[in-house]
Amino acid sequence: MHQFTEQLLFGIQLGSIYALIALGYTMVYGVLKLINFAHGDVYMVGAYGGLGAAFLVGTWLPSHHIFTAGLPSPIGAVLVLLCAMAICALLGLVIEQAAYRPLRTRAWIAPAIVLGAAAAYIAYSIAADANRNPASCVAIALIVWGAIAWILKTSQSRRTATVSPRLTALITAIGVSLFLENFANLKSIFTPDPRFFPTIVNIPDPARHIPRTVSVLGVDVSLETMLIFGLSLALMAILTFIVTRTKIGKAIRAVSYDADAAALMGINTDRVISFTFMLGAVLAGAAGVMVTSLTGTAINPYIGVPFGLKAFVAAVIGGIGNIPGATLGGLIMGIAEIMVVAYGSYIGVPDTYRDAVAFFLLILILLVRPSGLLGKFAPEKV
Amino acid sequence: MRIIGSVNRTLTLGLVCASMAIVSGCANDKPKAGDAGSGGTSNGTATGTPIVVGEFGSLSGSESTFGTSTDNGLKLAVNQINAAGGIDGHPLTVKVYDDEGKPDSALTVVQRLINQDKPIAIVGEVASKLSIQAAPACNAAKVPMISPSSTNPKVTQIGPYIFRVCFIDPFQGTAAAKFAVNTLKAKRAAIMTDQQNDYSTGLTKFFTQSFTQQGGTIVANPSYTKDDLDFHSQLANIKALNPDVIYVPGYYGQVGPIAKQARQLGITVPLLGGDGWDSPKLVEGAGGAGQALEGSYFTNHSSMENPDPAIQNFVKAFKAANSNGEPDALAALGYDAGQVLADSIKRAGKPADGDYTSEAYRTKLRDAIAATKDFPGATGKITIGADRNAVKPAVVLQVKGAAFKYVTTVNP
Amino acid sequence: MPDAIKKLPPLVRHLIAIVVIGAALMAVNGFVEGPKFGQYRESILIFCGINIVLAVALNIVNGFTGQFSLGHIGFYAIGAYVTAAFSTYGHARFFPGLPIDGSSPSIAHEIVPVFVLTTVAGLAAAAAGLVVGLPSLRLRGDYLAIITLGFAQIIQVIIRNIKAVDGATSFNGITRGDTTILTPHLTNFLWVYVAVAVILWVAYSLRFSTHGLAFLAVRDDEIAAESMGINTTRYKVIAFLISAYFTGVAGSLFALYLPSLSNDQFSFVRSIDILVMVVLGGLGSISGVTIAAVLLTTLPEVLRSVDEYRLVIYPLLLILLMLTRPQGIFGRDEVSKTWLKGQWGALRGVFRKPSPSVPLPPG
Repeated sequence: MHQFTEQLLFGIQLGSIYALIALGYTMVYGVLKLINFAHGDVYMVGAYGGLGAAFLVGTWLPSHHIFTAGLPSPIGAVLVLLCAMAICALLGLVIEQAAYRPLRTRAWIAPAIVLGAAAAYIAYSIAADANRNPASCVAIALIVWGAIAWILKTSQSRRTATVSPRLTALITAIGVSLFLENFANLKSIFTPDPRFFPTIVNIPDPARHIPRTVSVLGVDVSLETMLIFGLSLALMAILTFIVTRTKIGKAIRAVSYDADAAALMGINTDRVISFTFMLGAVLAGAAGVMVTSLTGTAINPYIGVPFGLKAFVAAVIGGIGNIPGATLGGLIMGIAEIMVVAYGSYIGVPDTYRDAVAFFLLILILLVRPSGLLGKFAPEKV
Repeated sequence: MRIIGSVNRTLTLGLVCASMAIVSGCANDKPKAGDAGSGGTSNGTATGTPIVVGEFGSLSGSESTFGTSTDNGLKLAVNQINAAGGIDGHPLTVKVYDDEGKPDSALTVVQRLINQDKPIAIVGEVASKLSIQAAPACNAAKVPMISPSSTNPKVTQIGPYIFRVCFIDPFQGTAAAKFAVNTLKAKRAAIMTDQQNDYSTGLTKFFTQSFTQQGGTIVANPSYTKDDLDFHSQLANIKALNPDVIYVPGYYGQVGPIAKQARQLGITVPLLGGDGWDSPKLVEGAGGAGQALEGSYFTNHSSMENPDPAIQNFVKAFKAANSNGEPDALAALGYDAGQVLADSIKRAGKPADGDYTSEAYRTKLRDAIAATKDFPGATGKITIGADRNAVKPAVVLQVKGAAFKYVTTVNP
Repeated sequence: MPDAIKKLPPLVRHLIAIVVIGAALMAVNGFVEGPKFGQYRESILIFCGINIVLAVALNIVNGFTGQFSLGHIGFYAIGAYVTAAFSTYGHARFFPGLPIDGSSPSIAHEIVPVFVLTTVAGLAAAAAGLVVGLPSLRLRGDYLAIITLGFAQIIQVIIRNIKAVDGATSFNGITRGDTTILTPHLTNFLWVYVAVAVILWVAYSLRFSTHGLAFLAVRDDEIAAESMGINTTRYKVIAFLISAYFTGVAGSLFALYLPSLSNDQFSFVRSIDILVMVVLGGLGSISGVTIAAVLLTTLPEVLRSVDEYRLVIYPLLLILLMLTRPQGIFGRDEVSKTWLKGQWGALRGVFRKPSPSVPLPPG
């Protein structure tokens, strides 16, 4: 029983991380009906952002330096977390403005700036690698930038309705996701090398490998586990407050209920969508820092892919578009996964089936409840 | 008729497109300015027509850290050889292609190397999975291929033209088991295997064999995949079984979190691993994984602390060439692959007709590589054995104070 | 086309077409296999062909019936692994004529094994398609995409756990006593493009038949189609089965080409690659999808000279394309003379003053 409780707590810990990411998927789906494939990569950027912040904070605040001090340094840790969240909020905003919004409106300036800048950077790097002189490198980059801006301007002003707007958006999301991963992988950006977070909150006694633990239900749980669980809970509580108790939250709910009607009621839907993106990205960023710093997982440009996929499944299990559903789905997935690893072999399911469990649950739940556990099933009216 | 007409139209269209694209794709084969070779000729000693060495590796994608390390090592070797006058006045130049860590890409790029770049020999890959994919093409075309660090036994079994400069999994697994039994006095071991990795499953198999033969028991063998981020559950099960040592034959990217989470659970027994652990990144930044791994052991190709001049010179040159970056095992093996190749070309002598890529010369080169004996490499003395694998001792290193300290040597 | 041929009965015309295409493929194959062409270009042609089969097959589901599957990679994996297992384990009984070292015999000796192996692989994949399709096709849109994705992931995990095909690592043959039987290397230009010809023929036949109209009706408005008396479930399942069958055939050809199979070649990411080909070419356009498959297979090879940046340029182009031409290169149209004329006109129009813009419809 003791061991079972222990495993259950591990499941809850993993589940609460899934839930944090799943919330981002679910909120964006709610307002935009878009599976935001790039969400997992926001998690990755969050982890890198936190890592960068950790080094900056470590340099700037020598009295609270966070690498070797035996004592936890809450100020440094909180600063790192906030930095990562801020970076991700910005990223969420940029992604929405540059890639998704132009699909809905005729906006061309934001994508021209962002996509053009990225293309110009690549063009510059290629030219520089070919040992051209700096002036011509800059010229090449500017020409590419201008060309992209021109193409976007002309085509956007002529574009009529898209064939399948949701599919277009999905492919765009896939493009954004691939771009973020591979851009981060460049040698001049984050490089492919895995990196490890320095210990932000130094809990274990380094000399004797003895962790500081707290007793929960008769089980010794490491402080890291408690922190992950506690922080996730706090973030989810803040999110619930924003969505249910504030004006912008009301707007989010209105847009996800009926975007057209909300627009007619005077809600600036574009602004609401941008805000939702930022909110989701903030959660992903927080998860990125928490997971990589507290579990010791390596950070590399591709960490968001498998993790994002599972979190997305969690969102669907709970009923995509439904906020409590995402939390529920995350917890179910986390616990199911851990149970298979811990006890699967007793019922003939070896732990190598770990990854299948999530998807098995997904299929089972979708077949019984086609809109997920808490999703509302809306039969099509003829 | 309309249907058949359309089919024809599309088919022809598709084929025309394909051939046009290929022709345009194959047109630009000028070596890139950043490639090794162009830098090495600066002192004017090696001015003959360059000899092309082919390389394929995962330079992008999620495995790119391995390919990049190997590439850095190989380019260092080539630059050194060129600075010392090249081979009979011919500089070496590396033509490297990226296989993104994808098996089908590995095959395509090796075919491209063989068909278009006419290399004297090919160096690659790190991952056994990808070496196995490309080796048949090299063997069929009679182009010698030297894998720097594919340790799975299958690789060199593919044919007489396939070599490697590292030891193989059976030896390394056995060495680790010997060390666990003799030095650590372990009776009960638990193993954590990366189930999707040939390297990890191979080591698990041979460690298990050797460890049980010597009277030990494997108490648990849970698995993980490289994408997992939570290992608590497996570790809690292991902890309950109370092993004397935990063998983790995986890559350093996963070893860090496994160690950290093991310590969080209060597991204090040492961890034991293989050469996949060897990267300075494992222990960089005090805290993190380095702290959790303190006191753990792993088997490796060589120790960078070894006072052997061949090793120290490599470390110094690598740091100078890579802005003070510490070399890892893959870089050292990439370097050795290049050095062994150059040494073999020298021993094979000048081709009579001046053509280094003729079939006759490549066969001669193959024999020369096979005859490599006691070559002083950056990973110790390299002798190519009868089955085209390098025969060399393994060393056991311990993680201590964010560095790897030499403990003992296990001979084959 | 001369009027004389048009007057012939359909069966004769088809036979002529088969003979002409077959002869052409044989001739090209002779050239491709020759020493001048080189294995590198041959392998690009072969991957182009395999991708055409995959993309056109996916197009039958995603483009014709408008059902959105992300799980075809699972059928591809099944086709590949069934082929590899059947050809090695069944070697003694079914293919005693094939060399066990995996080398390829003459074309005449290849016909039967290739036909048998691809058919078996296709049927296995179609069977899996039935298992996946029957429950899943009740769902729509995003949910269908998600559930097929789930099935594909489960298939991957199951294969990973089959020891007989070394599913977790890489499989290149089996060892019986002291003989090693490698997966035969049968795929060459000829067989791949025979498969391409067959799937193009099937796709065009479906598209321009009454069944094809039923597919399109399901895509455009399922409820209206149902009320016109079309059994939508039946058509969805048929499209799914045909598509799964050919995806399995592609997997079979893939397994017979590579020296060894590994599980991670059948990951979610590869699924996306194929989907992108379909969307880029234009959902529902057979010729468009074919050309997109060729372009996207050769593009990475063309970009090899800029190695490191290749994987960044590709998604950037994808985003730009979605912003500028979301219907894909060809939209729903097939390539034809009128289409080319229309495009030329549109291209010239770009450089003229834009007409007063029309507001975008909502959505």
